[in-house]
Amino acid sequence: MNLLKTRELGIVLALAALVLFTTISNPRFLSGQSIRDNLLNTAILAVMAAGQAVVVITRNIDLSVGSVLGISAFAVATMMSDHPGLPMIVAILVGLVVGAAAGLLNGVLVRYGKVPALVVTLGTLYMYRGITYSWAGGSQVNADELPPHFLNFANDNLLGVPWLVLIALVVVGGTSWVMRNYRVGRELYAMGSSPQAAELAGIKVARNLLGAFVLSGALAGLAGVLFAARFGTVDASAGTGYELNVVAAVVVGGVAVFGGSGTVWGAGLGALLLTVISSALAVLDINQFWQQAIVGALIVLAIGADRLVAVRIARSLRKRDAHV
Amino acid sequence: MSRKLASWDTAIILLTVLVLIIASLAVDNFGTSRNFTFMVLDLLPIILVALPMTFIIVTGEIDLSVASTLGLTSSLMGWFWNHGLSIETIIPLCIVIGAVAGAFNGFLITGLGLPSLAVTIGTLALYRGLALVVLGDSAVADFPFNYTGWVTGTLSWLPWLDGAVPNVLILIVVLALIFGVILHATPIGRSLYAIGANAQAAHFAGIRVARTKFWLYVVSGAVAGLVGVLWTLRYSSARADNGAGLELAVVAAVLLGGVSIFGGKGSLPGVLAGVVLLTALQNALRLEDVSGQALNIVTGALLVLSVLLPNVISSIRGNWQRRKLRQSAAS
Repeated sequence: MNLLKTRELGIVLALAALVLFTTISNPRFLSGQSIRDNLLNTAILAVMAAGQAVVVITRNIDLSVGSVLGISAFAVATMMSDHPGLPMIVAILVGLVVGAAAGLLNGVLVRYGKVPALVVTLGTLYMYRGITYSWAGGSQVNADELPPHFLNFANDNLLGVPWLVLIALVVVGGTSWVMRNYRVGRELYAMGSSPQAAELAGIKVARNLLGAFVLSGALAGLAGVLFAARFGTVDASAGTGYELNVVAAVVVGGVAVFGGSGTVWGAGLGALLLTVISSALAVLDINQFWQQAIVGALIVLAIGADRLVAVRIARSLRKRDAHV
Repeated sequence: MSRKLASWDTAIILLTVLVLIIASLAVDNFGTSRNFTFMVLDLLPIILVALPMTFIIVTGEIDLSVASTLGLTSSLMGWFWNHGLSIETIIPLCIVIGAVAGAFNGFLITGLGLPSLAVTIGTLALYRGLALVVLGDSAVADFPFNYTGWVTGTLSWLPWLDGAVPNVLILIVVLALIFGVILHATPIGRSLYAIGANAQAAHFAGIRVARTKFWLYVVSGAVAGLVGVLWTLRYSSARADNGAGLELAVVAAVLLGGVSIFGGKGSLPGVLAGVVLLTALQNALRLEDVSGQALNIVTGALLVLSVLLPNVISSIRGNWQRRKLRQSAAS
């Protein structure tokens, strides 16, 4: 357990070092506006990373999240421009429902179709994006067609904390809490550690697996609403390629791709680290084109580190067994 | 088991032939030699990358970094050209760089024992990022015409074919034959299936599992490098974002062709049919003015169905057999 804790500690230290280094070279990096921008940019990614982390912990993957974000963003933006009087909460609920439906289809195909999650979500990545394109047919929703209360949502605060950040904190915090302290959370970890053992132990694998995919889909749908509110202009390509950033955040955040280990708040930290890196590059006046290469190198480093930890744990377990 | 999969290969080949026939009859201009050349050019990157990808997936691994390797070599090709290297030096150099990128994947996966899915998602971002570092968002376009013209041209030394055979088709046929023979007619090919079916058993049977997998990634990288060169020459444009997203199309085509994502099963003719099916559908629908993006629905659905249908059929068959056994036990 201590060894696992060092994974999140590693991200916090990396984050602290990065912020410190950047602030020394440019003190404005720690100004209120800069912190606010970083947190707002993290929020959408962190919401999706929370759902993805739960799916990856069960030893599955959801590559369709970028497309789910796209379909939800377009659906909600179209709805709000047609019916400007609808309150924000309706927009959020519609986004959640659209995403949950998309996630449910993923889950059903994985569990009952016995198709690997990688194949299913690769397929639905294409399908959901194709549906959005056919629906949009080249049109887009512009910011001036959207009601002001919807667009202001991205800038409004509650006690100084932007709504977007608050939502991300509640999602990441709540999911981490459930995963750590509730029966269903521990069952999801057990399923990731050993699917067969989980089934034999009487865990309701089907229900939990569907739940994980529905959660990931619903949170990607929620992210779509936040995306539409923050950027105002939505076309059919919204969120294209986001799945890579989400998986990167989760892997960098210490969730092992083989399932069974890692934390949701670690994935949230991973999202924060990726966002801070890209804004630090801008502040340090480093070529923006380095950003993606650094993300890639970080992913490779993170899985290498996980492997090292896993080898050490295995060795220490063997030693303990030898003493008994 | 093998009978069922053989029938999936046959089904996909028949479906491909059917689509080609219907499209030639129903879609204007589909059967013209000009359109055939365009189709072969569209086919080229997917089919070449799919050859080593089939090998890798048969061993139970995956390589998602291929399209980024393509982008990296395309970028470097432009950079080298701007720095005055001759095209005769650049082309082999780009293939070698692709092989090095593949060797890095292979080292991480077989040397350090990291999962290939995660490694190649990482290098997908890394190689594309390096491509952006090399060339930024600029493009290099002034490649010599005798090379760009060769890639888009047709065979001229066969006058009776009347320009109907694109030059690159020769390349496709030669490479597909080499890969096909290796996979289906040599001990190396058999060992790939053995590794995919049970890596541990293959190891005990004396197959060098790690070394084989390492070289597969090297080959995959080299082919991706070659395709980076061909892609650049075809559009006469070296750009960092060349081929973005191609990995998904390739994996979709390979799985559609009946290769199991768990390894150990599949055949190259099936994969070739899968690639042709996807490209022909796309081409026919484009001629009918259906947007390429809407076709994503068909691609995605075919991908899921290619795995779902065999599962459903075998579970129905299993149920039916169990019922028959129960009936015979009762009587």
